[in-house]
Amino acid sequence: MVGYKFCEKFVAIQVDGNYKLTVFGEEPRPAYDRVHLSEFFENQDAKKLELAPLNWYKENNIELITGERVSAIQRDLKKIRTSSGKEYTYDYLVLATGSLPFVPPIDGVDKKGVFVYRTIEDLEGMLAYAGKLKQENPEAKAAVLGGGLLGLEAAKAVMDMGLEPHVVEFAPKLMPRQLDSRASDVLKLKLESLGINIHLNKATRKILGNGSIEGMQFGENDSLATDMLVISAGIRPRDELAKSCNLAMGDRGGVVVNNKMQTSDPSIYAIGEVALYNQMIYGLVAPGYEMADIAVEQIIGNSDKQMTEDIDMSTKLKLIGVDVASFGEPFMPAEKGHSILFENKTKYLYKRINVSHDGQKLLGGILIGDASDYNMLHQIYLNGMDLPENVEDLILGARSEGESSFGSAMSLPDTAQICSCENVLKQDICGGLLDGKTANLKGVIAQTKATTGCGGCKPMVTELVNETLKSLGQEVKETICEHFEYTRQELYGILKVKKVQTFDEAIDVCGKGHGCETCKPLIASILASLYNDTANKEVVIQDSNDKFLANIQRNGTYSVVPRIPGGEITPEKLIVIGEVAKKYDLYTKITGGQRIDLFGAELHELPAIWKTLIEAGFESGHAYGKSLRTVKSCVGSTWCRYGMDESVSFAIELENRYKGLRSPHKLKGGVSGCIRECAEARGKDFGVIAVEGGWNLYVCGNGGATPKHALLLAEQIDNETCIKYLDRFLMYYIRTAAPLMRTAAWLDKLEGGIEQLKQVVVHDSLNIADELEQEMEQLVDAYECEWKQIVEDEQLQGRFKHFINSEESDDNLVFVPMREQKMPKAW
Amino acid sequence: MDVLTSAYKTVKESEVNVWFEVANAGDFPKDGGVCVKYKGKQIAVYNFTRKGTWYACQNVCPHKLEMVLSRGMIGDENGIPKVACPMHKKTFSLETGENLNGDLDSIAMYPVKVENNIVYVGFSE
Repeated sequence: MVGYKFCEKFVAIQVDGNYKLTVFGEEPRPAYDRVHLSEFFENQDAKKLELAPLNWYKENNIELITGERVSAIQRDLKKIRTSSGKEYTYDYLVLATGSLPFVPPIDGVDKKGVFVYRTIEDLEGMLAYAGKLKQENPEAKAAVLGGGLLGLEAAKAVMDMGLEPHVVEFAPKLMPRQLDSRASDVLKLKLESLGINIHLNKATRKILGNGSIEGMQFGENDSLATDMLVISAGIRPRDELAKSCNLAMGDRGGVVVNNKMQTSDPSIYAIGEVALYNQMIYGLVAPGYEMADIAVEQIIGNSDKQMTEDIDMSTKLKLIGVDVASFGEPFMPAEKGHSILFENKTKYLYKRINVSHDGQKLLGGILIGDASDYNMLHQIYLNGMDLPENVEDLILGARSEGESSFGSAMSLPDTAQICSCENVLKQDICGGLLDGKTANLKGVIAQTKATTGCGGCKPMVTELVNETLKSLGQEVKETICEHFEYTRQELYGILKVKKVQTFDEAIDVCGKGHGCETCKPLIASILASLYNDTANKEVVIQDSNDKFLANIQRNGTYSVVPRIPGGEITPEKLIVIGEVAKKYDLYTKITGGQRIDLFGAELHELPAIWKTLIEAGFESGHAYGKSLRTVKSCVGSTWCRYGMDESVSFAIELENRYKGLRSPHKLKGGVSGCIRECAEARGKDFGVIAVEGGWNLYVCGNGGATPKHALLLAEQIDNETCIKYLDRFLMYYIRTAAPLMRTAAWLDKLEGGIEQLKQVVVHDSLNIADELEQEMEQLVDAYECEWKQIVEDEQLQGRFKHFINSEESDDNLVFVPMREQKMPKAW
Repeated sequence: MDVLTSAYKTVKESEVNVWFEVANAGDFPKDGGVCVKYKGKQIAVYNFTRKGTWYACQNVCPHKLEMVLSRGMIGDENGIPKVACPMHKKTFSLETGENLNGDLDSIAMYPVKVENNIVYVGFSE
């Protein structure tokens, strides 16, 4: 990574053409992001981790030689030799060989199933071994030797592989370099609650097992059974090359460098984890990047730039979803200052700050469980800023209302370093905006590269950009895209007042350019909400699914979902669905919304499939649209002995009323016949529950990624009132929500929340209730089944063809069998 | 899987040896795309009516290797005409084929001409 950074900085400086840069790497691939190595487990896509694609090197005139180790340096001749015997000469040589995992000399460490955690190849080896273990024994265990930062990452990795994770640490605490014992205790509790077993104070004497690892021996009667071991016991610099050519070395390894990153041979530089600077090896990205920068500057002759004396070792990371941060001097001796501590083990929180004796300066600290204030604390520490009178507010939060203990990021000095990965100062971020070189966050990021490293500074950069723009008198608002400088609500109003009917009219009336994948579907949605035009009217502005009135699936085939209002269906209709599925060989599954999804239909088959369905009395289910999906129901009082009212009948009525209604996002409803709530109505955008004396109406619930129970809007109302309130509520949402904002998020943003919504919907405080009801009535009256339109109009069927010049279908589709049905072949 | 994308190489107008007749201009949706079959290749052709221009590129999206780009939405970004893949909204310049919102490989582009209302795509072989 540091070697790549050297290339990047070198290219950025754009030295004249007198230089030739050659990069050697022993691994088979170009440089990749080791910091995010554990992400490889999620996607197993090595390419995603690449810092730059192969052609980047080519474009920048860098010769990249991978899979080739440099095996010798002949300093007198300024030559190097590679393992395959090739020789190259150099003017300057930069060693960025990094480090190797340290493998302690434990008896049996060479057994099968023992891994280190460093390269993509290591991970692939672990994955293969874990897969085999899991097949033999679903309860297989994996231990990680080392409870440091990387060790805990490795523990998460083996847990993700489905193994029972154990962390074994020699020291009495976790992350011994960064945390004090209280912090370690809190982190340990939290990790244990996540299913990671922690063993502290354990010196591993022997790896047990016959050929393959079976356990680890600590003391005489103290051992741990495990099927796999990942060693993460620190790093050792890869300095053998430097050693062999007699460069000055540290006592415990590492190539000695001065503040110009020069080794004892002035034409050889060393950067990153191989370099010993100030008697220290720095295993963090930020100092490594700074070293790369210094080496570039020195080599091109800019000798003023030198490495900082004190290197900031502060770190913040999300470890298995737990915030962990440590900055400045995390452990401070009492003679230097006082510590202020906060601990709450019930919430796995620990915060410690160290301040000078007079309480004026921040010297360092540790945060576990919540590091949201890290950026500000780190800045206060780095810039030696004055502390507030009640220093404890820094970790407890301001306790009187309306006060912030921090002030804004704007109060930082201009020289405050905001992004440590890319060394971007506050003045770099604000400066570009102030002198008009760039106008927004995107521009600032492109110009400074801030946020592109670990991303931890993003909130602060965003705040600085927004505040700077505000100070310039520019309003920062959530506009739709470069083509329409309005919010969705504003655009809705404009299109309505100007009676705009098509996308071209819209962009000519109030936009610029030619539109994009953000504004086109948005305009389509607003036009549909205004006039209930179906997606057949202007096909090319519809989102992927609306364009073909079906959900596009993994391999480019589509799924078909006929509407089954309230989940009620006759045996005859069920048979039709079954016959269609059989005829077209479609994978069939019951959905969460009480209907049936048929997967794997090819584009050209859709009209014929729908013809059969429509002849049998089905309609489009709009499963593909940002529109009403289903109104789920329980069986209700007609059959259920507990039922208070006819939930199925009411669900059918509601689903038929709002079917085809296009909205900012999808809409789901539910009707339950009693408070047992079998229809899960409170997990929906609108939910109706039968109670003594009528229906209770709940709104703005959500399932999915951010579950939220719907809130009570009105109690004990009759069917008619319920529909009236629903009309008003839905229209109000459609008018005012941001693009792709579900009702729950909309209510969160609505000033005054549910009380305000009650005022508008029930008490008509804005005096718009009649208008909202009329608009809804128009939409309901204008409903047409868009699939029926297609089946009845041959011209509309034209787009359901894979090729314009051939009747053939896509010959790249491959399906594989699965449980008596089929699925697309994996990517 | 790379076999899918390696069949597609950008063809410059000067390299065209075959102008393949695709269809009548009127058969194309305005500001939309269609897919053309040519010798086992799938080519997406767009009628960018608002700009009065035509573009052609490989139909396969380099992201997940699905034959779907012709079903994507077209538009522009900072004046550059582009297409958004219907799968995950990866966008590509219709002038250079470059991926505009990520680091994916560029898509191959082909020249298009319209004569007497007939649309042709240019191939080198």
